[in-house]
Amino acid sequence: MAEDKIRESLLKESKASKREKHGKILSYSAIILIVVVVVSIFLFVATRGIATFTVNKGSIIDFFTKSQWNPGATDKGGHPLIGALPMIVGSFAVTVLSAIVATPFAIAAAIYMVEISPRRGYKILQPVIELLVGIPSVVYGFVGLSVVVPFIRNHFGGTGFGILAGTLVLFVMILPTATSMSVDALRAVPRYYREASLALGATRWQTIYKVVLRAAVPGIMTAVIFGMSRAFGEALAVQMVIGNATLLPQNLVSPASTLTSILTMGMGNSVMGSVSNNALWSLALLLLLMSLLFNILVHRISKKGALH
Amino acid sequence: MKHNKFWLLLLAGLFFLTGCKQQGAAITAVGSSALQPLVEAAGERYSKDHAGEFVNVQGGGSGTGLSQIQSGAVDIGNSDLYAEEKSGIDAKKLVDHRVAVVGVTPIVNKDIPIKNLTMVQLRGIFSGRYTNWRQLGGPDVPIVIVNRASGSGTRVTFERWVMAKTPTKSAQEQDSTGMVRQIVSSTPGAISYVAFPYVDKTVKTISVDGVAPTDANVQTNKWVIWSYEHMYTKGPAKGLAKRFVDYVLSDTVQQEIVKKLGYIAVNEMKVERDLAGHVRERAGQS
Repeated sequence: MAEDKIRESLLKESKASKREKHGKILSYSAIILIVVVVVSIFLFVATRGIATFTVNKGSIIDFFTKSQWNPGATDKGGHPLIGALPMIVGSFAVTVLSAIVATPFAIAAAIYMVEISPRRGYKILQPVIELLVGIPSVVYGFVGLSVVVPFIRNHFGGTGFGILAGTLVLFVMILPTATSMSVDALRAVPRYYREASLALGATRWQTIYKVVLRAAVPGIMTAVIFGMSRAFGEALAVQMVIGNATLLPQNLVSPASTLTSILTMGMGNSVMGSVSNNALWSLALLLLLMSLLFNILVHRISKKGALH
Repeated sequence: MKHNKFWLLLLAGLFFLTGCKQQGAAITAVGSSALQPLVEAAGERYSKDHAGEFVNVQGGGSGTGLSQIQSGAVDIGNSDLYAEEKSGIDAKKLVDHRVAVVGVTPIVNKDIPIKNLTMVQLRGIFSGRYTNWRQLGGPDVPIVIVNRASGSGTRVTFERWVMAKTPTKSAQEQDSTGMVRQIVSSTPGAISYVAFPYVDKTVKTISVDGVAPTDANVQTNKWVIWSYEHMYTKGPAKGLAKRFVDYVLSDTVQQEIVKKLGYIAVNEMKVERDLAGHVRERAGQS
């Protein structure tokens, strides 16, 4: 009798193993769901975006080189006017410029928080940065519209709407991302690097400049690229201050546009399946590919530059 | 086993929540943001008068409204445009209900003292022929054009009646009327166009060919920049959708809500204008 019981308990699934199975099924199905969602979004955007060139006979060369954007109308050859160059230039301009402006601030703040005064940095700067992250983008846009735009109009000329206004707004928006990731990068530099440097007689500044920052370069690059990818994808705040004119920007204060601003403006006014709508999906596809590129860059850099 | 029960409960809860719908009949109206306040106000009033019947109203733009009603995803599609004017819409399947009229007027920044422009001058401004207010007898201030997003109802109406096929100059675009008004009020030399209900003290309207942008002038078609607000149904309206459209056309809504929100009642129009732009006197009007 006793043997049977033991035999039975050995052959039967135990409670623990059952639970493990449930857990496995649950997490696998969650993963599958996520993958399916991502893949289907990508496929959806891709099929719609490519339709502009296959179904509507848009020229892919025009898309990247021409500057006339009016997908509802066609040129003499019957191809829709889908010159997206102004948006592409605008998107890259605000992204790169805001990253250039934000990087020194991010690095300086990170050095202060990690190397110079960790305690005060933690007490004051940390909450400030967290607060900046929490501010919704519409608020940034509104402040940009009512403060930054008139300021630029009065001091730099033009209408105030343009790449400069977009850059300033995005600078504040990507600063927290760039700063907190730079902080992580500096913290990841091993303590013995600093100790060795100081032991060799280097001053604090020499240690920071020649050792810590050098060792943290890949991490800081990652931080900057993350900031850029946020700037590239930001729609609402930029749309409010950039002017949304599909013109090649003449200077930093002439109205311009970004991929996202034209995308959000046009969506409600076009009909699914029409040329205008497909052209917007092409912009979306370009955005998706760009953010994919940013992600690949981040992976590359962090793999290459990992500390050994 | 306890855990299994927990998951089951959670699942059941989810089903319950998703299955939980408003009691009674409900329809959804989607589309034009210009028409949205009217439909919302009418919908609220309707639900108050008719217990158990609800009208869900969403914005999204005329394009969204027309494509959603075409695909049958909603019960009513709101639009500032005739369905025929929108590419990608098969207008034959849709039934038009013109529920209100709205005028569109040019607005300028208050610093511009000009009170009247001819239609040709107005066209010249938006096509880029004039670039400074001095050329039109105003101060030496560059003209800043602010457009609505292409395809938006207000812009289509404005371009149809003002531009007359002349291409508009590429310029700033904004996707909401509120934003346009805010920019025009704060930017020196700015000009744009908004629907009558959005005109307020922060901006200045302009008369065209000596005709002031007033409701009375729209009713007689003296002021030509106006459009109908449409509620489209797929096929003839049925059930609650029909009752609601009839309600919107009733005197209760037309006389009270339509007027209060700054639109013009359809039954007070002295003229009627068809898709091609032909104007004739409305039957039954003296």
